[in-house]
Amino acid sequence: MSTERPLPRIDGSVRRVVVVGASLAGLRAAEALRDSGFDGRLTLVGEEAEFPYDRPPLSKQVLLGEAAAHDAGLPAHRPVDAEWRLGVRAAGVDPLHRQVLLADGDRLPYDRLLIATGTRARPWPVPEEAALDGVLTLRTAQDAAGLVARLDAGPRRVLVIGAGFTGSEIASACRERGLGVTVVERGPAPLVGALGGVLGKFAAEVQRAHGVDLRCGVTVTALEGSRGRLVGARLSDGSRVAADIAVVCLGAVRNTEWLDGSGLAAGPRGVACDAGCRAFDMYGIVTDEVFVAGDVARFPHPLFGYQMLSLEHWGNAVAQAEVAAHNMVSPGPRRRPHLTVPAFWSAQFGLNIKSVGVPTYSDRVVIAQGSPEEGRMVAVYGYRGRVTAAVAVNRAKWLEHYLRMIETAAPFPPPPGAADRSGEPVPVPSDVPDPRLLSHGPTVALTGHHPDRHITVVRAE
Amino acid sequence: MSTETLFRRITDYAARPDPYPLYAELREHGVARQEDGSYLVGTYDEVVQLLHDPRISSDAHSRADVDEELLRAEADGMTPAFIGLDDPEHERLRGIAMRPFGPPHSPGRIDALQDDIARIAQELIDGFDGREEVDLVDDFAYPLPVTVIGRLLGIPSGDMGQLRRWTDIVIASLDFDPGEDPAVKRRRGREAGREMADYLGDLAASRRDHPSDDLLSALVGDPGPEGAFRHEELKSTAALLLIAGHETTVNLITNGALTLMRHPEAAARLRNDPGLMPSAVEELLRYEPPVQLLPQRSPLTDIEVAGVTVPRGAPLILVLAAANRDPLRFPEPDRFDPARRDNQHLGFGSGIHSCFGAPLARVEARIALTALLARIGADAHPVEDPPPYRRSPVLRGPRHLLVRH
Repeated sequence: MSTERPLPRIDGSVRRVVVVGASLAGLRAAEALRDSGFDGRLTLVGEEAEFPYDRPPLSKQVLLGEAAAHDAGLPAHRPVDAEWRLGVRAAGVDPLHRQVLLADGDRLPYDRLLIATGTRARPWPVPEEAALDGVLTLRTAQDAAGLVARLDAGPRRVLVIGAGFTGSEIASACRERGLGVTVVERGPAPLVGALGGVLGKFAAEVQRAHGVDLRCGVTVTALEGSRGRLVGARLSDGSRVAADIAVVCLGAVRNTEWLDGSGLAAGPRGVACDAGCRAFDMYGIVTDEVFVAGDVARFPHPLFGYQMLSLEHWGNAVAQAEVAAHNMVSPGPRRRPHLTVPAFWSAQFGLNIKSVGVPTYSDRVVIAQGSPEEGRMVAVYGYRGRVTAAVAVNRAKWLEHYLRMIETAAPFPPPPGAADRSGEPVPVPSDVPDPRLLSHGPTVALTGHHPDRHITVVRAE
Repeated sequence: MSTETLFRRITDYAARPDPYPLYAELREHGVARQEDGSYLVGTYDEVVQLLHDPRISSDAHSRADVDEELLRAEADGMTPAFIGLDDPEHERLRGIAMRPFGPPHSPGRIDALQDDIARIAQELIDGFDGREEVDLVDDFAYPLPVTVIGRLLGIPSGDMGQLRRWTDIVIASLDFDPGEDPAVKRRRGREAGREMADYLGDLAASRRDHPSDDLLSALVGDPGPEGAFRHEELKSTAALLLIAGHETTVNLITNGALTLMRHPEAAARLRNDPGLMPSAVEELLRYEPPVQLLPQRSPLTDIEVAGVTVPRGAPLILVLAAANRDPLRFPEPDRFDPARRDNQHLGFGSGIHSCFGAPLARVEARIALTALLARIGADAHPVEDPPPYRRSPVLRGPRHLLVRH
């Protein structure tokens, strides 16, 4: 008779939850925990002294002066009734005694731990050059406030190092402000690391049309200073750029160092977890108490060959946090997988760029609607004959159609017949970066095993 | 029952007070081919899929049986408004119209109307004083959005009566009424539409030299990067904004008032917690949507919908109101729940043609229903239930709603 007893909705033995990381994922997880009925003790630990805020505006409206850096607070969906430990770093985890160690010496006991420490901006690799006045990165509200103040002061030229999404958005804001800007990109085109060759070529044309001094296929070899101030940069092609500001946009570093010695599968590519956000330990054994969500997580996705994905997407942080929170307090059979199709957007140079799926998980791409000449289009990406991603430029409302194709593994290329496309679209190679190499700006990084991409030996002539 | 006559039964006037059992029947049938060669779809997933499919056209020229009346009108210089066009033309015209109307270029225009709307609502409600019985349509739900859209566009109030007569003829021409010759009705509708467009075109032209802060002045003024309207485009767009800007809102408010009187517990909850009103408006858009179906779609190529091949050029009718009550999408779909969560209804459609005026409609409905609830007591009730309905099965709502309060 006892076998008939229904499973409790939430696991009552979970009384103490610690969330490390008080940004988007941490906040939404806390809200979801309370939504699920969890009424135990909840602690949020955050390195920044500020309450959670929204990052997407920092490289857009904030740089244009349309919003203040410190105004972009995240709306709270509900009261979370939590203890906030802000302005203090987590220094480690003692998994045996189930305690989080704080930099101030405190120890926080937990029944469940959520790791949501996200990423930080990758700094310029040469410390003396990084320390020059005028060398900046953009990740936090404080960074944005600092950069805005510099832009307000009217620099003669801004150097943007790296043309991923952040770098391109900064360049766009500079041009909108009428500032001279030079963008240096190691790859063949802007955004190529995230979107591949076709849209990369389009992005290069757009940037140049907007007056960006775009240098592709080169790197910055040195930042030059005079009396402690940045004055310019030397490039790998031997040229020199005079600039009084350099914004280093070389992607993000995952905040995992504090987990050294914790025995968790944490490293430069993030904290590995299963489809239910449970962290793996260093032996590949899934843990029961430690969960991961947001930019710092690395998780297998069935739609993309169970590749381990690391995403720096707003929507992923929210969705993954909700799944993690649910699973933290749910009995085993009630747990849910995190299956959300990745999606992100960017605004730059008057373009609204929106992506669904994983464009880098592709071998071919086709312009299914519109065209680069019109400045609006939908590019659809395929991998081994099925649709895996779509990117819209000024055509976002169509994406739901392609999202469904991705979810149902529809055949690639998609059937012709769209109203705004005359003639048969022709698929071309997608020219995405090799998944084994992490790009400097992993808007998405595939970090698993890619069985059909063999290593080929390239001999120098 | 045969599906052959399902659409006829849906459009039959007798079904107007409660079409929902017929919609349930439609959902059971999947994609229902009708005797005239049109296809009816009323399941949520399929309707959403079709609304986002770039191979589905809203252009009347994509129909296998192009309406000759339309071709005649075009030969005469009339251009269709963006509601009847596909991308990229649709996108261009809608984009120009959106520039002065909403974000990102004009985020404040709707907000700025709020006080105005509240004042108009209050004036109309003050007119209830001393009367035991009011007609919520003629005394409230109709004049409110008409006054708002008139002021928004910048139309002299004395001209609104003539505009109403034109509008009525245009709306009547959209009806599926087996009793009338459709060609005659459509011609009459197009003539009225033309007169209205000419009137609005002249009015807009006069704003070129004497601009004010209304929408017509903005539309003839500062062109954005997309360029400006040609004069014919401006006329058809202005007519679209005027008609769509009030015909639907009237029904949203009236259907809302009727639903709240039928659900006194929900009304009581909203009186105590006006903060729930935005959510209640969303639920009304799901439960009693003012636009019940989209009659003007057709595939540009043979497409498959739920296992049925719909041939290129076939009329495709998307029944939004049926999709809104699909039990596969909404738990307890026939229950009115003002606090419903995850309410991704199709009351404003979806995809590229999703309702242009949705932000304005939301604000008007919220303010109107809040003001109404504050005025009429818990014992207010319709004199007749169901009330007499308007003819249209597309834009569905009571013609009169006599209320004793």
